[in-house]
Amino acid sequence: MNTAAIEERETYLNAGYGLKSWLLTKDHKRIAILYLITVTFFFFIGGIFASLIRIELLTPQGDLVSSDTYNKLFTMHGITMIFFFLIPSIPATLGNFFLPMMIGARDLAFPRINLLSWYLLVIGGLFAIFAMLAGGVDTGWTFYTPYSTTYSNTWVIATAIGIFVSGFSSILTGLNFIVTVHRMRAPGMTWFRMPLFVWSQYATAIIQVLGTPVIAVTLLLVFCERAFHIGIFDPALGGDPVLFQHMFWFYSHPAVYIMVLPGMGVVSELISVYSRKPVFGYHFVAFSSIAIAVIGFLVWGHHLFVSTQSVYAGLVFSFLSYCVAIPSAVKVFNWTATLYKGSISFATPMLYAFGFIGLFTIGGLTGLFVASLGFDVHVTDTYFVIAHFHYVMVGGTIMAYMGGLHYWWPKMTGRLYPEGWAKLSAAIIFVGFNLTFFPQFILGYLGMPRRYHFYPPEFQVLHVLSTAGASVLAVGYLLPAIYLFWSLRYGEVAGANPWGATGLEWKTQSPPPVHNFDEIPVVTHEAYDYSTVVGEVIEVG
Amino acid sequence: MADQAHAQVETLALREQFDTPEQQKETSTLGMWIFLITEVMFFGGLFLVYTIYRNVYPTVFGRASTSLNATIGAVNTAVLLCSSFTMVLAVRSAQLGKRKALVIFLILTMLLGLMFLGVKAYEWNEKFVEHHVPGTHFHFEGVAEQGPAQLFFSLYFAMTGLHALHMVVGVGILSWLLYHAVRGRFTAEYMTPVDIAGLYWHFVDIIWIFLFPLLYLIDRHMNLP
Repeated sequence: MNTAAIEERETYLNAGYGLKSWLLTKDHKRIAILYLITVTFFFFIGGIFASLIRIELLTPQGDLVSSDTYNKLFTMHGITMIFFFLIPSIPATLGNFFLPMMIGARDLAFPRINLLSWYLLVIGGLFAIFAMLAGGVDTGWTFYTPYSTTYSNTWVIATAIGIFVSGFSSILTGLNFIVTVHRMRAPGMTWFRMPLFVWSQYATAIIQVLGTPVIAVTLLLVFCERAFHIGIFDPALGGDPVLFQHMFWFYSHPAVYIMVLPGMGVVSELISVYSRKPVFGYHFVAFSSIAIAVIGFLVWGHHLFVSTQSVYAGLVFSFLSYCVAIPSAVKVFNWTATLYKGSISFATPMLYAFGFIGLFTIGGLTGLFVASLGFDVHVTDTYFVIAHFHYVMVGGTIMAYMGGLHYWWPKMTGRLYPEGWAKLSAAIIFVGFNLTFFPQFILGYLGMPRRYHFYPPEFQVLHVLSTAGASVLAVGYLLPAIYLFWSLRYGEVAGANPWGATGLEWKTQSPPPVHNFDEIPVVTHEAYDYSTVVGEVIEVG
Repeated sequence: MADQAHAQVETLALREQFDTPEQQKETSTLGMWIFLITEVMFFGGLFLVYTIYRNVYPTVFGRASTSLNATIGAVNTAVLLCSSFTMVLAVRSAQLGKRKALVIFLILTMLLGLMFLGVKAYEWNEKFVEHHVPGTHFHFEGVAEQGPAQLFFSLYFAMTGLHALHMVVGVGILSWLLYHAVRGRFTAEYMTPVDIAGLYWHFVDIIWIFLFPLLYLIDRHMNLP
C-alpha cells in the first residue's frame, strides 16, 4: 500500500526514534500518546479488579474471596478507575493531542510542565501499584475517616500519596489548558469560534484547578492524622469525621464533572460531524459547560444526606443538584436538535455518541432520583447508586472516550481503524454495558447494599445477569485494543480529513508534523461551517 | 563558548511555541496567577478546618492562641514584609536592566526569607520545650480537655509548616534567579522569571499576613486568664 508515502513525510512520529526521544519529549502529541498508553494500562488493571468483583458476585455465599479481599478489590477498582483512568482519560490524551491543534497552536503553553504532569501521573501510579502489590487498601475509594485514619490495617498512606501526586498531574494539565486557551489561539480564532470540545476542556480545567488542591490538602490531613494521630478527623480528640466527608466531596463531586465534561465535548464534535450540521445553539452548549463547572462546585452535600448534615443544608444541596441537571439537559436537547434534518451517517464514533446520549440520559435522570432527599434515604449505599454513576462514568465518559478515540485515530496514527470490527465492538459494548448495569438499578431499589460480597439468594438472578453482561463488556473492550493495535500496521492509510470535518486539526496532514501546521492557520469562519470543507470524504455507515 | 552562552540566552528568551516575547511573557504570568489560585484553594482547605474548629472550641482555641508569642510573630511579620519590599526592588531593577542592583536585592530577599525561617525554627523549638507539640507528650495547662488544644497546635504546625515549606521553595527559586542574574541572563527585555517569582514570593507573604492574625492575634482581646 502507501506505506512508502507515509515514511517520507515528516510527522511527529518519525521526528525522532528511541526511548529517549519519547521520554524526554516536549511535543504535546507524543505526551498524549504516553498518556494513552498509561491510562490504557490502568484501565485494564481496574478492569481486572472489576472482573474479580463480578465473578465473586455470581453466588450469594461469598465463596471466592474473603470479606477482607473483597473490600480491597472494590477499593482498588474504584481508585484505579477514577484517579488513574477516568480523570486523565479524555483531557490528558485527546485533549492534550487536540486542544492545541483545534485552536491553531504549535503546542501547549507550557510543554515542559505538560511532560512533568505525565511523570507525576506515573509516579503517583507507581505508589498506587506498590500499595496494591504490597497487600492492597480496603477503605473504599472514598477514604472515609476514622476508618482510613485509625482502624484500617492496609496501605492507606502509600495509596494516598499516589493520589496526592497524581492530583498535581491533573492540576498542571488544567493549568496548561486554561493558559493555552487564553493565550495561544491562532489569528481569528475568537472564543466563539472555538470547537465545543475546547470549551468543555476549558470548563474541565477550571474544576481541575479549583477542586484538586482541596483533595490534596484533605489527603495531606489524612496522612498526618494516620501517621501522627493529630486528631483533625478523630472524635476522640475533638475532631469531626464528617468534616472529612465535606472536604472529600468538595473535590470528588466536581471530579465527576472532570470525568464527564470532556466526554460531552467529544460528543458535541461527533454529533456535528456525522450529521454534517453545526451544533444547534452553539452558545448555549458552550456556556452549559461553564455552568456545569460552576454549579458542580455547589452540590457536594448531596453525598451527605444521611450523615450529620442538617436537613436545611440537605434541602439546599438537593435544590442545587437539580439545578446542575439544567445545563446537562441543555446539551442533550441541543445534540438531538442538531440531528434534526441532518445528513446522518452511522460511523463507529457516531454509534458511540448515540450510546453516550442514551446512557448519559439514564445516568443523569437517575441522578435526579438520588438528589431528592426522600428517595436517597432509601437507596443510599445501594446498587442503585452504583448503577447511577456507572451509567454516567462508563455509559457516558468511556463511550465518549471510545468514540473520540476512533474519530481521531486516523489523525493520531495516520491509519483508519477497521470499520466493521469497530461497529461490532460498539454494539457489543452497548449491549454488555446495559446488561451489566441495568439489573443493578433493580438490585439497588430492592435493597442490595454496595460493598458486600454475600447477599440474600433471591438477588442471585440479577447478579448473574450483571456478571454475564460484564463478560460481554470485557469482550467489547478487548476487541478495540486488538484491532486498533492491528490498524497501526495494517490499517488503511488515512488522508488529512477522512470525515470531512471542519476543525483545524483536520487541516493538516495525518499524522501531523511536529509543530502541527506548516503555517499557522488564520481562522475566518465559525466552528462547524461545513460549506468550508474541501476534499474527499470517505463514505461510511 | 561565546556561541554557547548566546544560544543559552536565546533559549531563555523565546520558546518555540510562542510567536512573540510579549505573548510568552503574558502566558507565563497568567500561568503563575493560575498556579497561585490553586495555592489559595490548597491553603483554603486548612483555613476552613481552622475556622470550623475555632467555632466549635472558641475558649480552648483562645487560650492556645494567646499562649503563642505575639512579639516574635510580629517581628517575623516585619521581616517578611521587608522581604516583599526588597523583592519589589529586585523586580524593578530587572525591569530597568540594572544587573548589580538585581543581584543585591535578590540576596537581601533571600537573607530576609532565611531570617524568617530561622525565627520560625526558634518558635517551633519553644513549642517542643513547652510540650505543645501534638503527640504523646502533649500537655497544655489550664484547659480541661487536651483534645481541642492539641487540635489547635496541630493546625498551627500544619499551617505554619506548609507556609514554611513554601518559603523554602521560594528561597530555592531565588537561588536559581540569583545564579542566572549573576551571569547577566536577565535584561530589561527578558525578565519574566524575576517577575513571576516575585508574584510567588508576595503570595507566600500574603498567606502569612492571614496566618499571623488568625493564629496569634485574634483572641488577644478576650483577656483570658
